[in-house]
Amino acid sequence: MTIADHDMSSTAVESATTESRRARFLRRFRRQGWAIGALVFLVIVAISAIFAPWVAPHDPLSQSLTDSFAGPGSEYWLGADRLGRDTLSRLIFGARYSLLAAAQAVLVATVLGVPIGVIAGLARGKIDAVASLVADAVLSIPAIVLALAIIGVLRPNLTNAMIAIGIVYAPRLFRVVRSAAISVREETYIDAARASGVGMLTIARTHVIPNVLSPLLVQISLALGFAVLAEAGISFLGLGVQPPDASWGVILGQGTVKLEEQPLLILFPGAAILLTVLAFNVLGDGLNDSLGREIRRE
Amino acid sequence: MLRLAARRLLKVIPLLLLVSFISFGLLNLVPGDPAVQIAGEFATEEQIEDIRAGLGLDRPWPVRYASWLGDAVRGDFGVSLFSKVSVATQIWDRLPATLSLIGLSLAISALIGVPAGTFAGWREGTVLDRFLTMGTTVGVAVPVFVAAPVLILIFGIKLDWLPATGYVPITANPIDWARSLMLPAIALALTGAAEIARQTRAGVIDVKKQDFVRTAHANGLATWQVLGKHTLKNAMIPVITVIGLQIGRLFGLSVLIEQIFNIPGLGSRLIAAVFENDVPFIQGTVLILGTVIVLVNAAVDISYGYFNPRVRAAA
Amino acid sequence: MSSHASSAVDPVLQIEDLAVEFITEHGWLTVVDGVSFEVGRGETVGLIGESGCGKSVTAMAVLGLIEQRSGRVSRGCIRLDGRDLLALDSREMREIRGRKVAMVFQEPMTSIDPAFTVGNQMVEVLRRHLPMSRSQARQRSVELLDRVGITDPHRRIDSFPHELSGGMRQRVLIAMALSCEPDLLIADEPTTALDVTVQAQVLDLLAGLQAEMGMAVLLVTHDLGVVSETCERVIVMYAGEIVETASTDELFARPLHPYTAAMLASLPGLHPDEPLDPIPGIVPPRHALPPGCWFEPRCEHAIELCGSGHPTLVAVGGRSARCLRADDLRLPGVGS
Ligand SMILES: Nc1ncnc2c1ncn2[C@@H]1O[C@H](COP(=O)(O)OP(=O)(O)OP(=O)(O)O)[C@@H](O)[C@H]1O
Ligand SMILES: [Mg+2]
Repeated sequence: MTIADHDMSSTAVESATTESRRARFLRRFRRQGWAIGALVFLVIVAISAIFAPWVAPHDPLSQSLTDSFAGPGSEYWLGADRLGRDTLSRLIFGARYSLLAAAQAVLVATVLGVPIGVIAGLARGKIDAVASLVADAVLSIPAIVLALAIIGVLRPNLTNAMIAIGIVYAPRLFRVVRSAAISVREETYIDAARASGVGMLTIARTHVIPNVLSPLLVQISLALGFAVLAEAGISFLGLGVQPPDASWGVILGQGTVKLEEQPLLILFPGAAILLTVLAFNVLGDGLNDSLGREIRRE
Repeated sequence: MLRLAARRLLKVIPLLLLVSFISFGLLNLVPGDPAVQIAGEFATEEQIEDIRAGLGLDRPWPVRYASWLGDAVRGDFGVSLFSKVSVATQIWDRLPATLSLIGLSLAISALIGVPAGTFAGWREGTVLDRFLTMGTTVGVAVPVFVAAPVLILIFGIKLDWLPATGYVPITANPIDWARSLMLPAIALALTGAAEIARQTRAGVIDVKKQDFVRTAHANGLATWQVLGKHTLKNAMIPVITVIGLQIGRLFGLSVLIEQIFNIPGLGSRLIAAVFENDVPFIQGTVLILGTVIVLVNAAVDISYGYFNPRVRAAA
Repeated sequence: MSSHASSAVDPVLQIEDLAVEFITEHGWLTVVDGVSFEVGRGETVGLIGESGCGKSVTAMAVLGLIEQRSGRVSRGCIRLDGRDLLALDSREMREIRGRKVAMVFQEPMTSIDPAFTVGNQMVEVLRRHLPMSRSQARQRSVELLDRVGITDPHRRIDSFPHELSGGMRQRVLIAMALSCEPDLLIADEPTTALDVTVQAQVLDLLAGLQAEMGMAVLLVTHDLGVVSETCERVIVMYAGEIVETASTDELFARPLHPYTAAMLASLPGLHPDEPLDPIPGIVPPRHALPPGCWFEPRCEHAIELCGSGHPTLVAVGGRSARCLRADDLRLPGVGS
């Protein structure tokens, strides 16, 4: 059997199982009421963020001192802040920063964690031992402390904050990908492929990546929840998004300063963060329940 | 038990070395020439040289690492970049506030989480169980920086029961110390309490179905013996894991809490250091906290030996 | 010794018309139905039947251990030493369990708390029921371990369960159950999980202890061989009901119910040359019981009448059977 032969046959098998897997996943996922609700919520948030200029009732930056601390009403659905800026519009525009920042952080984590995880899981031995030890060490440092440390060294701004969060989360993705890669490696067809002289890279591409995708999807959902939370925390401290730009964390932080005058100014951004994080977690759990068991079986 | 401890502690050494290496390596993340970057745009040549010498950047990095680590092991983490105050002194000065905050908050989360979870698990399926379970699901997701302002507003401002912000050292007045830490500790404890309650509930539900619990009932033991002794000790094993993981998280979240409540702890100092680009302080803090967490994790693993005799035997 | 098979002269345990229900997907289903029997002081009674016929549920009902959220005793009366157990509240019941009536379960591997030493758990039971100091209780525990045949009890008392074999654990559980010298011991398949050689040792131990302490034993089993060696009387259950009661000798010599006869016929070892002959068919599920005799679909002696009316338990010369044809069938026994 030539390498080309092997590749063709394995790709054919791969796509057949992927197809049935997808059907099974959809059937299972459809039964996860909460997870579907979470997904719908997240899609709505994402769409309003993308089309913010059209969706938002006001310009998020336009001030009106006569409306300072206005309560919720027909003009300002969720009230206005000290400068009379519409809270709802600020939250809709804030979603852009919060979600985009979270996506950036997760991208960094994926770029760092996934390839190293695949390599460590496939190669085992010393490479794996060292990579795992590094992951353990990074995980020993409290996430926020390490993120702040990285920001402190790189200078505080949103990009650096997201790089920091990505670095902090990378070991978590590494662990998941690594263990998935190890279980793939234990399957016999890897040995067969190696025996027929197929390179490690090809094995990783044709066998490992497809099998890693499912658990990775679950982790990415959880990672996005973590990143939204972390971005909010860092921006809340003034170390992320810089005003007048405002993510949910910035809006919450500004609301905290004027806690006594208008408590609603922390309630709405707080709820936005809470619900989004909760939605990513619930979605991740739902994905896990619809994907999880068959990964182990196959 | 001793062998278990010894084995586990042996594994700690490479991990600690790596943590120190990460702390040290933070400096290399600085883009370009660290001295120029850190000094800022308007620095004079003299200031840059000063920083370069302060960081020891004129020597190759393995040498720098060795001497940095050697100093660190002896408790010398260098001096802050601009104030020139010893990093170790600052950390020791600030550690008591952070540790009391974390200790109190851990105690609160265990005192709420374990009984609530035990009750929910023992009375699985009742209205109260469902109520508690829903509360913990939401509680796990409430960010501290949302919970903290709400608590300040309700108990610090509206009801005025507890001081909203500030910190009184225990040496000054133990009662005021406890009062000043109450709100921040509760804010910090909420997530942990919810997580501990969830794990305890799951553990109790799992254990109460076990045959040995049936034996305990059949032997006529009182409810408190069946629940408080046999069920709880066996259900505690996964809870201990959660509590161990909490400690690391608490050190992280306490940064936010200290900032919000204006507590002069390690976390609020760290934020100042981040704004000031005070690399030596940041390195020292990362090293200290990383070391603490590595040791706590080891202690948690060793404590399994107490809760699960089989672990003890396997060592 | 008693003459009537289901009543005893000086009964320790009297069960009358006991019914237990569980909630299932088919609603509340009666799993034990109209069970009545007595166990006399010092007597050993066997409770046998196929898996799922309600033996364990009956035993658990006596101890008041039916899980409250999913099950309930819906009818009947359980008296221990004349005292109505179903009228007791949970605290009073806890004082009786382990003190007056004790139980040994099937799964010795998992029935002792792995987190505490053997001694700790024995002392706990003793001190719960008897006024003893810690050291007295420990002393007594060592004696008990010695009595149940555990070598080196001074050392073993400080063992954790995982350090003991299955047979030793069952001995420990027996020692624990007997520590307060109960009037009645319920042993629910105490040897099923053990090796064959250990099974015999544990049964001998139970018999010896019973002779010595004079307690009554209700031995739950599906093994007729065990019954023939240890029990004076036998109660046969089928699908939640008693179908036959008799003294062991009578039951083996001349079974009255075709189900009993079929079980005897399937005994291994009695006809070593013939292949094993398990009873064909399955126990009818509780939610779809046949209208007549519940054994009728599997019964090789069934006549048309058996399919219409559900038979009652009829006394036949000092024993009883739930079969329309109990009088006219001449079913083969074993032995004599
Ligand atoms: N908690 C419960 N909920 C629902 N049904 C139950 C419960 N416990 C027992 N049952 C049902 O009651 C019936 C009798 O069970 P029981 O455990 O008494 O059988 P058994 O005679 O002891 O059988 P075995 O020889 O297998 O131990 C079974 O059909 C079982 O499914
Ligand atoms: Mg049973």
